[in-house]
Amino acid sequence: MAQVSLNNIRKIYPNGYEAVVPTSFDIADGEFVVLVGPSGCGKSTLLRMVAGLEDISEGALSIGDRNVNHVDPADRDIAMVFQNYALYPHMTVRKNIGYGLKNRKTPASEIEDKVQTAAKMLNLTEYLDRKPSQLSGGQRQRVAMGRAVVRDPALFLFDEPLSNLDAKLRHQMRIEIKALQRRLGVTSIYVTHDQVEAMTMADRIIVLNAGRIEQIGTPAEIYHRPASTFVASFMGAPPMNLLTAKGSGGRVTVGETISVAAEVADGPVTLGIRPEDIEIGPTCDIPFTVDIVEELGAHRLLHGQLGGQELTIHVGKDVVVSAGPIRMSINPDAVVLFDAKSGLAL
Amino acid sequence: MTETTHIPVAKRPVKWGRVMDHSILILGSLFMLVPLLMVLQTTTTTDLETIKNGPEFVIGDRFDDNFMAAMFKASGFSGENTGLRMLINSLILGIGFAIGKIVIGMMAAYALVYFRLRFATLAFWLIFTTLLLPLEVRILPSYEIAQQLGLLNTYTGLIVPLIASATATFFFRQFFRSVPEELVEAARIDGAGPVKFFIDILMPLSQTMIAAMFIIMFVYGWNQYLWPTMVTTEEGMYTLVRGIKQLTQDLEGTNIPEYGRANMLALIAILPPVLVVIIFQSWFVKGLTESDK
Repeated sequence: MAQVSLNNIRKIYPNGYEAVVPTSFDIADGEFVVLVGPSGCGKSTLLRMVAGLEDISEGALSIGDRNVNHVDPADRDIAMVFQNYALYPHMTVRKNIGYGLKNRKTPASEIEDKVQTAAKMLNLTEYLDRKPSQLSGGQRQRVAMGRAVVRDPALFLFDEPLSNLDAKLRHQMRIEIKALQRRLGVTSIYVTHDQVEAMTMADRIIVLNAGRIEQIGTPAEIYHRPASTFVASFMGAPPMNLLTAKGSGGRVTVGETISVAAEVADGPVTLGIRPEDIEIGPTCDIPFTVDIVEELGAHRLLHGQLGGQELTIHVGKDVVVSAGPIRMSINPDAVVLFDAKSGLAL
Repeated sequence: MTETTHIPVAKRPVKWGRVMDHSILILGSLFMLVPLLMVLQTTTTTDLETIKNGPEFVIGDRFDDNFMAAMFKASGFSGENTGLRMLINSLILGIGFAIGKIVIGMMAAYALVYFRLRFATLAFWLIFTTLLLPLEVRILPSYEIAQQLGLLNTYTGLIVPLIASATATFFFRQFFRSVPEELVEAARIDGAGPVKFFIDILMPLSQTMIAAMFIIMFVYGWNQYLWPTMVTTEEGMYTLVRGIKQLTQDLEGTNIPEYGRANMLALIAILPPVLVVIIFQSWFVKGLTESDK
């Protein structure tokens, strides 16, 4: 168990490309932190620097109370789960799980005990003598987990571990990983580009964009109080509606339609509102034209135009709507305002 | 519902394309097999009959005699180069060459692929150019060096100069590059150092590749003619392939040529490469076609 601390960690490649700008954050003991961002945002590079697979160009990294900048990956007391599982194809599940222990000169009987315990925890006992090629994707992922769990490390690192699984299995493994991490209480860093994984699994989310941290916060904070338009549009499916608006005299208005009270300087602002924070009904005050209704079973998404701007509304399954003019209103408390230029929340 | 009905065909039209295909295959097989069968036939008859009647459709009873002569009768002056002796020499050359080549090729490829060496690419291409310089091209300097090192008439002299070429390095390099990067990283985190990774992970993964290389290299080493002829002058060091040549030289004398014995020796010389290919063939195909990961 350990806390992790990154102090101005930077990655700059020999060709001058800066993959991660100086970045600092701390992870508390036992915390599950998810790094999320679009591909190429530097999240994997950051994780690989923590793992020691990538050199740290600048800054200090400590795991526990130890500076590990120049410590070999094997000696950082970490375990990593890879996207492609990275199981040794010629070894049985038992040997795959026990390989790290064997390299650390653990006595054979102790290895066997630990492998059995880990296998039991992950429901792998009956597969111990199989080779990875004889296992399904989910089972392979479990073996990869077993390999991490068995070493009882201070820190788990996950590099998009679920992206090779089909949707159903991904859902199931998501819960299993989360439950396992809870039970073991091991500090974890989890990298994903899937915002649903980030929302559901994290104690805290770190949203990265272009090698820079956009926001650090709990899933609820990230979702409801995004720090920038990037976070607002990246997190949530469908993303937050972002409308070009104007501030004047203590009010923010979107054309002739939305108007909310807000203490902002006069001038252009961006108004953000989540699709589910919009209501529809005959008594509502704003006219809206529905172009397309997306039927999702549990709910419906209405896509349409609001004074020439795209807007999506989320309604429950009982609300029957068809394309055409309707009326809507917004929850003024749910509105988030962003600077029109920088995109940062006001 | 689609039901494919198979109406029993009473008279299928002759597919001339097929007949053509099969004729070509049959002709090809005959082309390969007939000389072999002729060799086999001569090993069963006496030399006198062979010289009188040429190849016949008769199987004689001299197989044993010819076999014993080929294996155990010495020719030449020293009496050392029996068929058995030459067979052993050939095996040492073939196996030694194959193993040496695989070991050196693997290690060179390992260094080139997994270590950040300065000028690694340059080093690789330098090694690669040796493909353009087979032993036949550099035979004079190679002989000179072998001679000065006192390697004439030794197994070392027979094997080592042949090993110096890039084929195995090249194949292993390509293979190692196809091993997923994540596997290397997982092993690093699991605490496997360079040597452990090589032995525990890379070698087992390369099994099929090693088998494929072994076949190619064994057959190549076994079939060497020019180099063994150059470096071995003692009859006890002769390999089969060049030993047969010596027997045919005997045939040019005034005695009755020893057809049976020479052909028997040729047959024996074919056998080990055939066996190696048969035993390793399934691995061979795997090794060259699929990356087992």
